[in-house]
Amino acid sequence: MSASVEIQLIAVVVAVACALPGVFLVLQRMAMMSDAISHAILPGIVVAFFLTGDLGSPWLILGAAGTGVLTVALVELMRKTGLLKEDAAIGIVFPALFSIGVVLIARYAGDIHLDVDAVLLGELAFAPFNRFVFGGVDLGPKALAIMSGILVLNAIFLTIFYKELKLVTFDAALGAALGFLPGVMSYALMGMVSVTAVGAFDAVGSILVVALMVAPPAAAHLLTHRLPTMIGLSVGLGAVSALGGYWMARFLDASIAGSMATAAGVVFMLAFLFAPEQGYVPQAIRRSAQRVRFGRTMLLIHLLHHEGSPDAARECSVDHLEEHLRWEHGFAARAVRSAVSKDLVIRSGNALALTTTGRDAAQTALVHM
Amino acid sequence: MMEALFTDYTLRTVALGASLLGVVSGALGGFALLRRQALLGDAISHAALPGIALAFLVTGSKAPLVLVTGAALAGWIGAALIMSVTRRTRVTYDSALGIMLSVFFGFGLVLLTYIQRIPGANQAGLDNFLFGQAAALVEKDVLVILGLGSGALVLLAVFWKEFKVLSFDRAFGATIGLPMKRLDHLLTALFVIAIVIGLQTVGVVLMSAMIIAPGAAARQWTDRLGRMIVLSATFGAVSGLGGALVSSSAHHVPTGPAIVLIVSAIVVVSLLFAPNRGLVWRRIREWRHGRELRVDAVLLDLYALASQHTSSDHPHAERVLNVMSGVSASARPTLRLLELLGLARKIDASRWSLTPEGVERAQRVIERQYGS
Amino acid sequence: MATEKIDAAIDVRDLTVAYGEKPVLWDIDLEVPSGVLMAVVGPNGAGKTTFLKSILGLVRTAAGSVLINGRPYADMRQRVAYVPQRGSVDWDFPTNVLDVVMMGLYGQVGWVRRPGRAERDRALMALDQVGMESFAERQISQLSGGQQQRVFLARALVQDADIYFMDEPFQGVDATTERAIIDLLRALRERGKTVVVVHHDLQTVPEYFDHVMLLNVRRIASGPVGDVFTEEHLRTTYGGRVSFVRAVAAAT
Repeated sequence: MSASVEIQLIAVVVAVACALPGVFLVLQRMAMMSDAISHAILPGIVVAFFLTGDLGSPWLILGAAGTGVLTVALVELMRKTGLLKEDAAIGIVFPALFSIGVVLIARYAGDIHLDVDAVLLGELAFAPFNRFVFGGVDLGPKALAIMSGILVLNAIFLTIFYKELKLVTFDAALGAALGFLPGVMSYALMGMVSVTAVGAFDAVGSILVVALMVAPPAAAHLLTHRLPTMIGLSVGLGAVSALGGYWMARFLDASIAGSMATAAGVVFMLAFLFAPEQGYVPQAIRRSAQRVRFGRTMLLIHLLHHEGSPDAARECSVDHLEEHLRWEHGFAARAVRSAVSKDLVIRSGNALALTTTGRDAAQTALVHM
Repeated sequence: MMEALFTDYTLRTVALGASLLGVVSGALGGFALLRRQALLGDAISHAALPGIALAFLVTGSKAPLVLVTGAALAGWIGAALIMSVTRRTRVTYDSALGIMLSVFFGFGLVLLTYIQRIPGANQAGLDNFLFGQAAALVEKDVLVILGLGSGALVLLAVFWKEFKVLSFDRAFGATIGLPMKRLDHLLTALFVIAIVIGLQTVGVVLMSAMIIAPGAAARQWTDRLGRMIVLSATFGAVSGLGGALVSSSAHHVPTGPAIVLIVSAIVVVSLLFAPNRGLVWRRIREWRHGRELRVDAVLLDLYALASQHTSSDHPHAERVLNVMSGVSASARPTLRLLELLGLARKIDASRWSLTPEGVERAQRVIERQYGS
Repeated sequence: MATEKIDAAIDVRDLTVAYGEKPVLWDIDLEVPSGVLMAVVGPNGAGKTTFLKSILGLVRTAAGSVLINGRPYADMRQRVAYVPQRGSVDWDFPTNVLDVVMMGLYGQVGWVRRPGRAERDRALMALDQVGMESFAERQISQLSGGQQQRVFLARALVQDADIYFMDEPFQGVDATTERAIIDLLRALRERGKTVVVVHHDLQTVPEYFDHVMLLNVRRIASGPVGDVFTEEHLRTTYGGRVSFVRAVAAAT
């Protein structure tokens, strides 16, 4: 495989591995935990590195997972004191842990290539150079092996605990009542996040982990209500972001991780703008049509209320609509036009009157309120 | 170490910059804490990166004021986008924060690497903003911090009472005629400024702690907003100064993390030891209260037993008191305490009786509890 | 001598609020004369809080207008005071009782100026009116529900307004506070003030209020309690839970 293909493969695997826990983070409104954890695991990695002396050791992953869980535990602890709100606790815990990690690196590993830059940013371009050699056979880039392993782990976890995760996400109270342990599930999820983050560090850095865990699932959430579809879409959109980002980086000769994050952002923006039900543009179009329909109904009811009354002549005129209902000139005209075109109202000069159909429609509308 | 503060130019500059930064971020961070904007600070500091890169690309200048302005604009746009996305769709606040943070930052990285490829352009200095390179602070940087920071603080003072209402009861403020939306924009803008002037010193990742931790600590010591903000600024300054000093005297301890660790320590100490709210005091209070309850309970038990006899100093077996005490603890420690207080007397190995003072106090407790 | 038309204290016309296509308030007309204690009642989700908020300009309206003493609300803000629901703020905010009450005067103090002795005295007087003067320096997190409610009331009283809008002021307060509040409202009425209260407890409507508006997206009925608070109107408003409705009407 060429280096280019290998990089793209790694990128897609990372994206998919991140999308899986990401869906639940987003649904549980804990998206920022991905940011907190991906920074806070630094000291865990460093300590594991000190203990094993090996940057490629699997203990690093365990060290990271442990620190990730520690982060969540510390945040919970602070929150339970009642002296701090949760967002403040998060904003204090992860920088403190990250600082510990940085100081450890600076003091004791200054000359070894455990570089803060790499931790934050990663560089996928170098991944093909770091091979996974097993029994003398070159099995591809190390990053690919690690991330694939993590992807499989995440997928297995998701499959086994799908029911529990779903319940805990949508109804924690019910989950607890049924004997599932929401707390344990939550910690397990954070463990997944930590493991994924550390696996992806080397290749893409922590910031991209956040982008891939949050943006594709958030975009998917705008496109569907169903959990399985959302998971599938997150995976797909994540892969698209990964590939799109890679080619963008090729074209601009720029950071691959940064481009992938940007691509994820573009994907989200497209979903935000154009998602059929939730998107901004369809909503605006619908709103416009809604307002006219709404205005028309209001007009009918207004006419119904006032026809035959002593001030009917005044109330049932076009000018009065603007004054009485506080409608802008254009809107009143559109509502009237819409009503006239549907044969609900007859207009003679300034005066408006209901047709029989119009009266029926007005009465039906009243009932339905 | 302290005299180095006056002789060493670098240390002086860094210490000054860090302390000023601490004051400004502490003051504005106090409001952010109350408005639950801790993580917004994190997002804004990440979102500032493309602004810095673009400012350099567009102007070709690395002057601190230029870069800070770019950072501020990008941060401001990021904050505005977050608000608008959460208002118009069902994307939640935390997701919007996470997206804005990572996407803007990623885009900033793209720009940085793109700058790197431009022949002649040197991206050194730009990535100081990423990780904070306090040691690279020069006088000009400190002047920018001082200028923008004091401007922000002045505005904070001018609109103090309006910001207070904005943070406490925004709807009410609207009804008394205050322009809440514009005040919100202004306070957010000041917040953005507080963040971007600190990026050079502590870097993107650590900035959220600089904003939130001083305020979180200060909140534990006082219930008055004014004092809280002043205290928060003080904690920020102390952390900044302390971080600079520690970093210069110890080997291989970068300034940014040093500052954050100091302010985090201040938070922990505040959470534990602040009078009233502090956990240690809370535990002591509970313990004292529990002890008082136990003392009164055993005292009354003794009194009840004694009143079945003609004299109040009739001795009673500890065993009986244990049973009356209820299931959990033995009455012995409390009896010992009563003895210490002069309210009871040990007759022999396992029997106790009330002293006259004990009788008096028991009567007072009964009066208090049941009315005379 | 020609009779002058006295402006109603509150004149709401065609007030309509909608979220998308769903109407929350529809075509509300309401005239409230001054010197009246009016309850706004209706089932949950009927739009009662939205009604208050749309009058106060806190919620965007699809149509309609509000006149206060004959002039648009925007011009008459200083004649109107608002007591929101207690749950709408975080009571852990670092401030004390006196400070909260003085916030009611910030609109009058103006920009930059700090509230001075005069404002402080007015705030203390308002606290005295609700029986909380001795609590002036108390941290608001240490207050009970009834005390919190009284602080909010004092904050409204200090504005010396003509018209008061209150959102469920009796919700979750102790009996003493409830009596204190109703006495206060009656005193306001004696002075010719107008008080509109979103009220949650149908049982006490006839006892506490002289006017009532029955609201369920539309105005079902409004006017003096005796005329309007009938079984039929209640049934229309609450959708026919007959025994409950009958019991309430029987209490009138």
